[in-house]
Amino acid sequence: MTVITDTLIKPVTRPRRLFKNLMAKLASIPMILTALVVFVGGTAWTVVYSFTGSRMLPKTKWVGLDQYERLWDSDRWIISITNLGVYGVCSLVLTLVIGFSLAACLDRKIRFESAFRSIFLYPFALSFVVTGLAWQWILNPDFGLQSVVRGWGWESFAFNPLNDANTVIYGLLIAGLWQGTGLIMCIMLAGLRGIDEDIWKATRVDGIGTIKTYLVVIIPMMRPVFITALVLIAAGIIKLYDLVVAQTGGGPGLASEVPAKYVIEYMFRAQNLGQGFAASTMMLCSVVIVLIPWAYLEFGGRKRG
Amino acid sequence: MANITTSLLDGPRGPKPKKAFSRANIILYGTLIMVSMYYLLPLYVMIMTSLKGMPEIRMGNVFGPPMEITFQPWIKAWSEACTGINCDGLSRGFGNSVRILIPSVLLSITIASINGYALSNWKFKGSEVFFSILIIGAFIPYQTMLYPIVILLRELGLMGSIGGLVLVHTIFGMPILTLLFRNYFASIPQELFKAARVDGAGFWQIYFQIMIPMALPIFVVAIILQVTGIWNDFLFGVIYTKPETYPMTVQLNNIVNSVQGIKEYNVNMAATLLTGLVPLIIYFASGKLFVRGIAAGAVKG
Repeated sequence: MTVITDTLIKPVTRPRRLFKNLMAKLASIPMILTALVVFVGGTAWTVVYSFTGSRMLPKTKWVGLDQYERLWDSDRWIISITNLGVYGVCSLVLTLVIGFSLAACLDRKIRFESAFRSIFLYPFALSFVVTGLAWQWILNPDFGLQSVVRGWGWESFAFNPLNDANTVIYGLLIAGLWQGTGLIMCIMLAGLRGIDEDIWKATRVDGIGTIKTYLVVIIPMMRPVFITALVLIAAGIIKLYDLVVAQTGGGPGLASEVPAKYVIEYMFRAQNLGQGFAASTMMLCSVVIVLIPWAYLEFGGRKRG
Repeated sequence: MANITTSLLDGPRGPKPKKAFSRANIILYGTLIMVSMYYLLPLYVMIMTSLKGMPEIRMGNVFGPPMEITFQPWIKAWSEACTGINCDGLSRGFGNSVRILIPSVLLSITIASINGYALSNWKFKGSEVFFSILIIGAFIPYQTMLYPIVILLRELGLMGSIGGLVLVHTIFGMPILTLLFRNYFASIPQELFKAARVDGAGFWQIYFQIMIPMALPIFVVAIILQVTGIWNDFLFGVIYTKPETYPMTVQLNNIVNSVQGIKEYNVNMAATLLTGLVPLIIYFASGKLFVRGIAAGAVKG
């Protein structure tokens, strides 16, 4: 009898549930506003205004693709894009290789594992500004590494990446890797710990060497971990800004400019908003190009699973 | 003979013969120690430089320990170093950072935990869509949203103030924190939630009396994540505040990279260390929780 009344009552309680959900909706207003106004609205606003000739203040004087033409004609932008490309490729490859190698070393059941892990990860707690300033000091040609090695008697030793336009980006890379590899190592280590011990036993029985096991068996198994790491590194590379400002200030000359810095310089210093909007829209495009294949992989993977 | 059989039986299953100085081990530990030196070098050099006087630094060898330890650079960095016309040192930036940090952490975590709770237990039409936008938004370069937020803050009368920066940190911390809380609340058994509903508890009652007490570990993780993230922020600080309200990172950069005056490397390094001290303390004090925080941030659900 009670069962019947229950089922009978159910439709009646529906309006009440709607009312209860109203509370959830009210509580979600900050989230909805952030998503719609800032993320969707803000991005759309910037894209739209990148087609205007805004200078000091945004205004709707449409100039078509003018800003983009000027952007791609600008040496500074080309340098920025090239730098980001070089930094990005090197950083991506090296972070993955170093991160995985360190994780593999730590996974060999060694002593003092947690001490090593703390050492590799602590730079990640520091800001890019601190990282940049610390490495600026170490790479200082008059007092830093170069002068120390020269002091040891190797007079012709030259290691001065920050003051050479051709190598400054590698100077940034040294600092960037120092800061970021610990995180990837941690993620890789978590991935390695998730691999069944029996796999190792099986490869040992088959007489496959340790390094070959990593390359042929373990890495393919860790594909999702690598994809996560890849996305994290890529997202970090696009945002590269603080490190450059702190370590080199974009110099020498324009040699270490990056797109994020270009955008901010044009928006807030050169008072050429339109250029800034166009450049940031290009940054958005590059992220979309990276994100779509990833979303496709994730989505496709889930469908299969 | 018996010896051979036992060793055959033990085979690869037995405890690994421990040779402390096998070639593989030497290579392994050698590599790890070499790499550790690369990671420790900057911290070591910063500490050593900050404890030296300028004459000793000019003499060279940044790697050597100070012949004469002096804390003068630290005092100068804290209370005398100049940025532009202000010569009251990093203490001002520290104060600003604290005043930015506390409300930002409280506000962002409060909002994100409610979001996560609503998203996992009180799904409504469109809630998943907003959540997806939020997560995608985490990947949009900040640069595309910088100027619209300037307009927004101007309209609200918050541009240049600490309140404005708090709002910005709340907005940009939301995706990752909401994800964190949503995943955590989703892992709490639904029966508990249903039982509370049957007992007549409403949205806020369940949130305050059941969800928060159960979610304390994830709150700690979120706090660690936010404190280090907000403390280390440079971009938002430099854009949305004015010189009087600059956070510590921005002030540090202005002190060290200022072109006027003689470069005092020891003061610069002391200032850098002072700025890095808060996240470092949190890192070493929280240990495993820090790792859990960044892992939670890394794993997309």
